[in-house]
Amino acid sequence: MNLDLNGLFKFWSRRWDDILELLGEHLAVVSLSLLIALVLGVGVGMLVWNKPMSRSVVIAAAGVALTIPSLALLALLLPIFGLGWIPTVIALVMYSLLPIVRNTVVGLREVPPAIMESALGMGMTPFTVLLRVQLPMAWPIIITGVRVAAQVTIGVAAIAAYVAGPGLGQFIFQGLSSLGSKNALNFALTGTLGVVVLALLVDAAFVAITRITTSRGLRA
Amino acid sequence: MPKAPNTALIQISGKTSGALIELNNVTKQYPNQPVAAVENFSMTVQPGELIMFVGPSGCGKTTTMKMINRIIEPTSGSISIDGRDVLSLNPSELRRHIGYVIQQIGLFPHMTIAENIAVVPKLLGWTKEKTSDRVQELLTTVGLEPGDFAHRYPKQLSGGQQQRVGVARALAADPPVMLMDEPFGATDPITREKLQAEFLRLQASLGKTIIFVTHDFDEAVRLGDRIAVLSNRSQIEQFDTPANILTNPANEYVSSFIGRGTAIKRLVLVPVTAAKLGPASAATRTTSFVQTTDSLRDALDALVLTGASALAVRDEENRIVGSINMEAISAVLGVEVPLLARTTEN
Repeated sequence: MNLDLNGLFKFWSRRWDDILELLGEHLAVVSLSLLIALVLGVGVGMLVWNKPMSRSVVIAAAGVALTIPSLALLALLLPIFGLGWIPTVIALVMYSLLPIVRNTVVGLREVPPAIMESALGMGMTPFTVLLRVQLPMAWPIIITGVRVAAQVTIGVAAIAAYVAGPGLGQFIFQGLSSLGSKNALNFALTGTLGVVVLALLVDAAFVAITRITTSRGLRA
Repeated sequence: MPKAPNTALIQISGKTSGALIELNNVTKQYPNQPVAAVENFSMTVQPGELIMFVGPSGCGKTTTMKMINRIIEPTSGSISIDGRDVLSLNPSELRRHIGYVIQQIGLFPHMTIAENIAVVPKLLGWTKEKTSDRVQELLTTVGLEPGDFAHRYPKQLSGGQQQRVGVARALAADPPVMLMDEPFGATDPITREKLQAEFLRLQASLGKTIIFVTHDFDEAVRLGDRIAVLSNRSQIEQFDTPANILTNPANEYVSSFIGRGTAIKRLVLVPVTAAKLGPASAATRTTSFVQTTDSLRDALDALVLTGASALAVRDEENRIVGSINMEAISAVLGVEVPLLARTTEN
């Protein structure tokens, strides 16, 4: 089976609307999952950053979640949550938590003791210190965690087509299930290329997001 | 001052210049340590006094200071500011009324200079206008042009400038009490001397009650109204004015801490005008002068440098009001000088 570039281009022009729709779905499911994971991960990080015991437990648990093969995880979620968006989002959130929680904890802990002391010494409550000093200072590290999570989840989201999840995985699975047919390679290739392009675009977007959301005083 | 918040702090915050601080048998004992870090420390600091805690590292001077704003909680004893028991107050609210400057400064890197200074006013709920007026005023006070510096970030400032911001930030809500932990320790000698001079001028107009921790005895002599020389477990070896400590060290420990050259150190404290000035004609050189506002150490320095036997002394309008020589300096220190019956013509 040879790669027929002309055929591929024809495939693209014929299915351009489908491709854009799947790209959009893919981006949407990844964004939604990252947003949930950000709120959850930063929240958990803020709760455990200064408690050695719970900190280790949380990070270990998030680490374990990451070692479960994505296909297996989706298969486990399927009987409980059915098909579609819900199991996909749950799986993606689980994969996102480790980098986000870990970076939140590292970032909150990395604030120099002198700055913590002067913040407390000026009369901030520990919660105010967390919110107004530690979190903004940790933000570049946290957003780096989100960026790593984005790369992981864009890849994993492609597998989510297995549970009828949204996104480019649908093309990949369609191609794989119709091997030998005329458009099998075009489906698989388009899905894969789409995932790669999306990953590159999202990564570039994170450079901009990091820059815009980080205080000028913290930029190197 | 801010509208007094409805807390127990009204008495502390009601004043801006100087409050009475009393420490009574204050002890800090860390668990699993055989000896206390601070043991039975008692001291009364008068309103408006600048008290220096001097001692070697590890003697407990910083620990003692940090118990006043409860960064460190005392194990026993009592601390009061203007009669209010510090230990019964909410620590965060208490600290908003105590200026705090540390050696590492601890400016918030993600906030502009203006935002850094506005932290305590914001915590106290000041209005935007009042806060920004105060920020402008303070930047000017510490010698930083507001238009130039307000919107910069800490990393864009030199060490000396950052330390000035640190002081401005601590003064933001005009607290009656300031705690300063080696605030000028990390700066180079020239910057340090400049900051010390500015700080003295500032304190002369503000009259805060200040506890200032240092390990530099010369700094203590230069700045302090009174010096507490501390040894292990923050024991007070001597608590007196710089002049008295230099003239009459209480014991061997204090003498060894002062080190050599006590006479020259004392000269720092004495203005030129305290000496009996000789006739203006005694000054042979016309190119070197000292000012009436200079210290005797400056005069001695100039004498040694020029090799002249006497130097002309000028007042603020640059009129020569007399001359000064080595005997006159020695006489101030109480050293017996052969009675040469120097006449003073002014």
